[in-house]
Amino acid sequence: MSKKVISCKGLTKRFGDFTAVDSITFDVDKGEIFGFLGANGAGKTTAMRMLCGLSNPTSGEATIAGFDVYKETEKIKKSIGYMSQKFSLYDDLTVQENITFFAGIYGLSDKAIKENSAALLKQLGMEDQANKRVGSLPLGWKQKLAFSTAIIHKPEIVFLDEPTGGVDPVTRRQFWDLIYEASGNGITIFVTTHYMDEAEYCNRVSIMVDGRVEALDTPTNLKKQFGLATMDEVFYHLAREAKRGE
Amino acid sequence: MKQFLTFVKKEFLHVLRDKKTLFILFGMPIVQILIFGFALTNEVKNSNIVVVDYAKDIASQEIISKIDASRYFEITKSLAGSATLEAAFKTGEIKMAIVFPEGFNNQLLHENKAQIQVIADASDPNTATTLTNYVSSIINDYQAQLNETNPVPYQIKPEVKMLYNPQLKGAPNFVPGVMALILMLVCVMMTAISIVKEKEMGTMEILLVSPFKPIMIILSKAVPYLLLSMVNVITILLLSVFVLDLPIAGSILLLFAESTLFIITCLTLGIFISIKTDSMQTAMLISLLGMLLPTLLFSGFMFPIENMPLPLQWFSNIVPSKWYYIIVKNVMIKGLGFSYVWKETLILFGITIFLLIISLRSFKIRLA
Repeated sequence: MSKKVISCKGLTKRFGDFTAVDSITFDVDKGEIFGFLGANGAGKTTAMRMLCGLSNPTSGEATIAGFDVYKETEKIKKSIGYMSQKFSLYDDLTVQENITFFAGIYGLSDKAIKENSAALLKQLGMEDQANKRVGSLPLGWKQKLAFSTAIIHKPEIVFLDEPTGGVDPVTRRQFWDLIYEASGNGITIFVTTHYMDEAEYCNRVSIMVDGRVEALDTPTNLKKQFGLATMDEVFYHLAREAKRGE
Repeated sequence: MKQFLTFVKKEFLHVLRDKKTLFILFGMPIVQILIFGFALTNEVKNSNIVVVDYAKDIASQEIISKIDASRYFEITKSLAGSATLEAAFKTGEIKMAIVFPEGFNNQLLHENKAQIQVIADASDPNTATTLTNYVSSIINDYQAQLNETNPVPYQIKPEVKMLYNPQLKGAPNFVPGVMALILMLVCVMMTAISIVKEKEMGTMEILLVSPFKPIMIILSKAVPYLLLSMVNVITILLLSVFVLDLPIAGSILLLFAESTLFIITCLTLGIFISIKTDSMQTAMLISLLGMLLPTLLFSGFMFPIENMPLPLQWFSNIVPSKWYYIIVKNVMIKGLGFSYVWKETLILFGITIFLLIISLRSFKIRLA
């Protein structure tokens, strides 16, 4: 059996009377691409915040890269990368400055920053753009750069919160190539998305409805389980049962 | 520590890349100093003055009661000698002193002319000029009254002496005011905006997920603005010394120490605003309305606080710029030492600590 890098059991978050995340239980293996699906308001973001060590669970257990989400949030933060839906590099800094900054706040040594950023630029084929302001780059490039920057410190897990929102299909496809490459290098990918074609790219997919994980399996098995042809139909089938709106 | 420096460096890059920010930062002090060069006039009411009456005769008593009856003046006490005068001026208790020489009435009756000494605190030149003009006209009035019944005209000559600022330069009044204004603007608004910008852009999330401690994010946001504000203080002082010919009378070191304290007060305010707001527009509006306006209105820089209704006078006490303005005026223009401004310093320090505590508390609540 392969190594579990994310493991949660009965993880719950309540805000007063409202149970945002209702006792979710799942494991994610090393190098896996794990799709975390759910309609808006299903509790994805809250769950992800707990896994990133940003907010304390109300009850339940979880370990990220072997560290406890209650006590070892600092260690968790060092072992994960994060990229959000909102584009998250600084437009007024150059490509190189952005990379240096994010590598710097993860405490990488000067030597490591130099080596890693050179490798990153080479991988993206952006050596010529290193001294250009990020604001002047096309969105697709920015997105890829943001992803590469999020894993510059070689984390065990990278959390992607709707990373391809508002990006054209070609760029999305290229973005997923990067994800596969990272996964091939042993980085676990935890990704939320609203695009069901992207759900098909994942090794396993979980679907959250009203704070609970309603389904969790490979895309193929999920389709078989519900007797439906596409992930889109599976998602719709589950999500329309939702009681809470946005 | 290295992470911290990386962050500070990034903040500097943000500032240096943004032409508009740069202009506000460094252009504004220069523009303001020049604009405020035009003196502002304002009416002065109920100013505290002191009368030193060596004559104690009918003429001096009559003039004193005339002055006392005027709504412009409030005679706080009649001192016996001039020894305590200087102390009263330094503490700012009084704005003006009027000294009657011995045998004032005798001299007036026998020589048909006499002199009265009028000493005004000219560190605020507008007030000083206005006050001495009022006194002169009251004395002229009395003179005219005497002359109505007397064929030989009497002549009473007020001898005016301007303390601290004999040339009545307009600059002394507004330089400390502009300093307070600029620091408020740069520190409060810029810090608030730079933190809220990260929230708006979504980069704050990335920073919070990183191992970089939240408190360090705030600190590294504050450091560049602390340094830039020091540059502003230096710019304003250089301008005032070399362009406005206004020398720094007191200790430069003390002036810088007090300025640093005030800058920290402002930074804390900026951080507090940024914690409470989520959009740059809100942050800017709060900074402008909540910080700049009170600085203009309640620091005593444009409008004398003594003239305001009591509730507003009380309110002025919680405006940090008021205390900073008093300190700078005392140190820079009157050349006074720490022993004269320790009270104001203590108040400013108290306000800073208070703001720091509530910001840290609400910051923790935000994170939870």
